[in-house]
Amino acid sequence: MRKIFRAAAAAVAVGTALFSMQASAQSQPTIKLVYTDPLSGPFAQVGDANLKQWQYVISYINATGGALGRKFELIPFDSKTQPAEALLALKAATDMNAPFLVHCSGSNIAAALIEAVNKHNARNPDNRILYINCGAVANELTNEQCSFWHFRFDLNVGQKIETMVRALPKDIKKVYVLNQDYLFGQSVQRDVKTYLTKLRPDVQIVGDELIPLGKIKDFSPYITKIKASGAQALISGNWGPDINLLLKAGFEAGADLRYYTLYTHLAGGPTAIGPAGDGKVLSVMPFTENLAPQLKNEQAERFTKTFRDANKFEFTSATFRTILEYLQAAIVKAGSTDATKIAFALEGLAQKDFLGYDTVMRKDDHQFISQYIVGTFAKGVKYDAEGTGLGWRPDSVVLAKELMQPTSCKMKRPAK
Amino acid sequence: MEVFFVSLLNGLVYGMLLFMLASGLTLIFSMMGVLNFAHASAYMLGAYFAYTLSLYIGFWWALLLAPILCGLVGAAIEMYGLRQVHRHGHVAELLLTFGLALIIEKCVQMIWGLLPVPYRIPAELDFALFDVFGTQFHAYRAFMLAISAAMFGMIWLALTRTRVGLIIQASLTHPEMVRALGHDVPKVFTLVFASGTALAGLAGVIGGNYHTTDPAMAFSMGPIVFVVVVFGGLGSLAGCFIASILMGLLQTFAVVLDYSAADLLAKFGVTVSSSTPFAELLTIPIPRIGALLPYILLVLILFFRPRGLMGTRDT
Repeated sequence: MRKIFRAAAAAVAVGTALFSMQASAQSQPTIKLVYTDPLSGPFAQVGDANLKQWQYVISYINATGGALGRKFELIPFDSKTQPAEALLALKAATDMNAPFLVHCSGSNIAAALIEAVNKHNARNPDNRILYINCGAVANELTNEQCSFWHFRFDLNVGQKIETMVRALPKDIKKVYVLNQDYLFGQSVQRDVKTYLTKLRPDVQIVGDELIPLGKIKDFSPYITKIKASGAQALISGNWGPDINLLLKAGFEAGADLRYYTLYTHLAGGPTAIGPAGDGKVLSVMPFTENLAPQLKNEQAERFTKTFRDANKFEFTSATFRTILEYLQAAIVKAGSTDATKIAFALEGLAQKDFLGYDTVMRKDDHQFISQYIVGTFAKGVKYDAEGTGLGWRPDSVVLAKELMQPTSCKMKRPAK
Repeated sequence: MEVFFVSLLNGLVYGMLLFMLASGLTLIFSMMGVLNFAHASAYMLGAYFAYTLSLYIGFWWALLLAPILCGLVGAAIEMYGLRQVHRHGHVAELLLTFGLALIIEKCVQMIWGLLPVPYRIPAELDFALFDVFGTQFHAYRAFMLAISAAMFGMIWLALTRTRVGLIIQASLTHPEMVRALGHDVPKVFTLVFASGTALAGLAGVIGGNYHTTDPAMAFSMGPIVFVVVVFGGLGSLAGCFIASILMGLLQTFAVVLDYSAADLLAKFGVTVSSSTPFAELLTIPIPRIGALLPYILLVLILFFRPRGLMGTRDT
């Protein structure tokens, strides 16, 4: 009886302690990240997977203490893959004095956001906001259009395509290039040509095509055309259904092709490829769960496995964790959550990421540079993808120092 | 040659899917004079019903039950919706179906979520049936062709060989006369509306797992179906069939024909350079405007032959 009484008393004490801790955390205002990405429409699957990974990473970083004793808070908004909708999210963010607007998908949206953030920050010096770009990768955004308020935490198209072209096997002589018809796809189209000419003059482009963004349901006619062109490989920067349905049609028709892609590792990709794609699809990606076991980094492996066990799909966006670690470090360094101070603290910041690789936020153009992975979809990996039994095998890791492409950015900085 | 045959097959599969959707709509449109905006929503409902049913009772039962459910939804819409607003004229009916399309989309989003659902091709049909010049023809495509061909046959027989069919045909061309002869036209309306919706549902069942099943599928399919109906002509099932196949082939072949107006001009010895007026327009290859072609045809046919390809009445 006495034992029970004591246990109950202890429970009450612990409960009270926890409650008061929570209360003290709540009394501190959170650091708001307003996040906008497609959460409905054809690209919803990508946005939804991103959102879940963001939430996981945020709760993880908050458990390590947040920044300046304050917690991070993610507030999602549906961008519907429309610039106008994303601008509404920006408006909402500035209305609530959030220091960060986070957006990953769609370079056309990113271009609109950079423009709008520039204007807003010029007009409202006491309520500025930073645009944290986690995946809109058209080169222009950190070159011609570069902005002090924009920080891009993913490699740009040029860096990704150079990595891909270097990984192109020697026996491939004829390639077909297919991309989405907007800022990003056109950027890929241009860079594939540039880097093939520079690094692989023996490779011939037998077809070059742009398709409308997110409109095509059946890619069989395209596969027929690609086959007829005599291509051995398809190079595509497509993302979302535009790559998933393309691969589905390709494997369904039994086309003898190899695929060199940028986004097949995202949601829906592995399902579309299926077991028939063993060794045939390559993706240039920031991370795969199979990297941690290869590096024998148990801590990192546990981190991704916890997500996988809870969400039943793979953790692909290791960069999200790196982003928060950068924001955490910059806020601490600035000693404030003022956007201008954080921006100056972020410039040139260099850290090791949780896998132990060197990374840097380049000061010249606010382009983040990290290691990148060339992965092949194959059997016999430790962690499979989307229950297919196959997964992404890291073939090689390209280090940040090998990816220092020059920039044409002329950064304009505000007064400190 | 290879490209031609494979594209022909692809175009036929897509065309027949369009026909299943459009045949119901053309019957409804011709008979009731209402362009049913909620028709493509029935296509979406068919896919979602089939997905949910197939989780419990398997694909084959779902193939049977999902269209029936859609038919019931259609009957309810006609009896409790359209019939009530009928006295206010066609505009009210049109707006009602438009509102319904939006409501159905929101309901689907609330029940099944914003993400595409994993509605998959049944394992029994997930294999390559035969080889056409090295391109595998998937068994499910053949199945889609077979189902839609069978549907076409059945509608044809029902319309030409049964009593109800005769009344429907009569109401297509002379609705006032049929009413004057004492037939229960409202009942015929309900029947046609329900079967039309069921057909769209069936198209959803076999099209949903072939393409993707998501809340946007209705709005992406809607416009092209209207084009087919208007192009084929009012009151003509044959016209609708021809228009469907034509649109299917058009969209498929547009992808593989890598020519532009500039190439055509080059044949006549005119070279287009960047200084030529409209050079931007002239050098656009057909694949990039492929999705536009059906709408260009729509405008042309409304201009030169407003009653459509085989229509018997003006739109």
